[in-house]
Amino acid sequence: MTDSVEFSRDELMEVNAARALAGARSCFVGIGLPSTAANLARATVNPELVLIYESGTIGSKPNRLPLSIGDGELAETADAVVSVPEVFNYWLQGGRIDVGFLGAAQVDRYANINTTVVDRGPGRSEARLPGAGGAPEIAANCGEVLMVLRHSTRNFVKKIDFVTTLGHGSGPGDRAELGLPGAGPVAVITDLGILRPDDSTAELFLTEVHPGVTVEQVRAATGWELKVADEVVTTEPPTSQELTALRALKAAGRSTAV
Amino acid sequence: MAKHLTLQEAVAELIHDGDTVAMEGFTHLIPYAAAHEIIRQRITDLTLVRMTPDVIYDQLIGAGLVRKLIFSWGGNPGVGSLHRFRDAVENGWPRPLELDEHSHAGMANRYVAGASRLPFAVLRGYRGSDLPRRTDTVSTVACPFTGEELAAVAALHPDVTVIHAQQADTKGNVQLWGLTGVQKEAVLAADRSLVTVEEIVDDLELRPGGVIIPTWVIDAVAVVPGGAHPSYAAGYSVRDNDFYRSWDSISRDREAFTAWLEENVLSGRAVSR
Repeated sequence: MTDSVEFSRDELMEVNAARALAGARSCFVGIGLPSTAANLARATVNPELVLIYESGTIGSKPNRLPLSIGDGELAETADAVVSVPEVFNYWLQGGRIDVGFLGAAQVDRYANINTTVVDRGPGRSEARLPGAGGAPEIAANCGEVLMVLRHSTRNFVKKIDFVTTLGHGSGPGDRAELGLPGAGPVAVITDLGILRPDDSTAELFLTEVHPGVTVEQVRAATGWELKVADEVVTTEPPTSQELTALRALKAAGRSTAV
Repeated sequence: MAKHLTLQEAVAELIHDGDTVAMEGFTHLIPYAAAHEIIRQRITDLTLVRMTPDVIYDQLIGAGLVRKLIFSWGGNPGVGSLHRFRDAVENGWPRPLELDEHSHAGMANRYVAGASRLPFAVLRGYRGSDLPRRTDTVSTVACPFTGEELAAVAALHPDVTVIHAQQADTKGNVQLWGLTGVQKEAVLAADRSLVTVEEIVDDLELRPGGVIIPTWVIDAVAVVPGGAHPSYAAGYSVRDNDFYRSWDSISRDREAFTAWLEENVLSGRAVSR
């Protein structure tokens, strides 16, 4: 490391997620970590990035992190505000959006996503999660999908209990067979490193770890036998510019509770 | 032509036990005051429709008035779970809750089909998802021109749609602006409609991005300043994010929720600020 700036695991995830948006023209943004990353990208690697929120805002330029996808600042700073049917039909299904950014409660080795229900074992009811939201069609129709979530065996599971949103199905060819126009998940960015689908098998494998993280740590936090690239790269530590921008966004989000 | 009524009169006249009710507003302009009036009048056995049930439906579900929920994303935005919704689904408290669950794109198109008086809408959706296994309102249809298999979603036809808007004029024409969500479609898909508004003006001044809903497709307009709180009305109020955060602890516990409902809704005082 070239400087001694301290940073957290979450910040490593957020900074790397923002970097992944370099070069994209437009991004469909979910709330939470995806929104943090997309707004950080606008403040750092991609100032011209067009943010599209499912509440119908196109080209939002918030100066603070919104709590919900419908905060007023998203509409006030947008290039256009459209109806919800329009944002899904004309803009998302119309193939106008380069990158979809999704979180997940559970993800499997083919980057399929569960945000619906979790099996809690015999005699207990399913744990109820929020549900699909925009994710199934975001993953289908965006040019590609980035995923961002914290790494643990609770989230990275051998078998997801419900397929809310298809990633790569059960392997290569599934997306094409279903007629899904986008490339699907191309990277899963976590607080430990980055997984990417193998070109020939579509199975996620570890390509990068963050500074200070070992391959063994990532393996231990993954619920299946994680495959690992021949050469695992260590991601560049966050720069002071990235950290300053990230912390400013978060501080603004906290201080403006109204 | 829309009648100008009080909120109490409008809810009593338009919403009945067993109705299918859509109360829309995508984070913005959520008609909370109308929901609280439904709770005070104990209108029950409702089927509720909303893309994002949000805290407004968490309150109605916790109050025991809801039989079935038709939705696409049931969380507290940016905060976490809707605990009353979860308790009803997982434990049947205070009563079991039947679900008809979709994606956002599917729900939006179901409203479009309803407003268009078509039996269903088509989209490229739900492919590879388990969602269609749990609902009978998603199917597939072959394109008659190309043969492509597309998702078909059944139209939504609420008995009543309730929305909140910034303004109505004296004739009952309504204008909303800012995030306008799926409200126009929800009103036009329904048999009856109620609009609560921040204020009545002599003449509606057209706003950029404003959506006008003419009086002759609305049954009743009720003036309820602050009627979207803790959601907001652009130009009048800001989203009360602190309330949304505080809802997590209020709603997590059955007793705390019941006490909140008693104190803030059932005690009869207006909940709007």
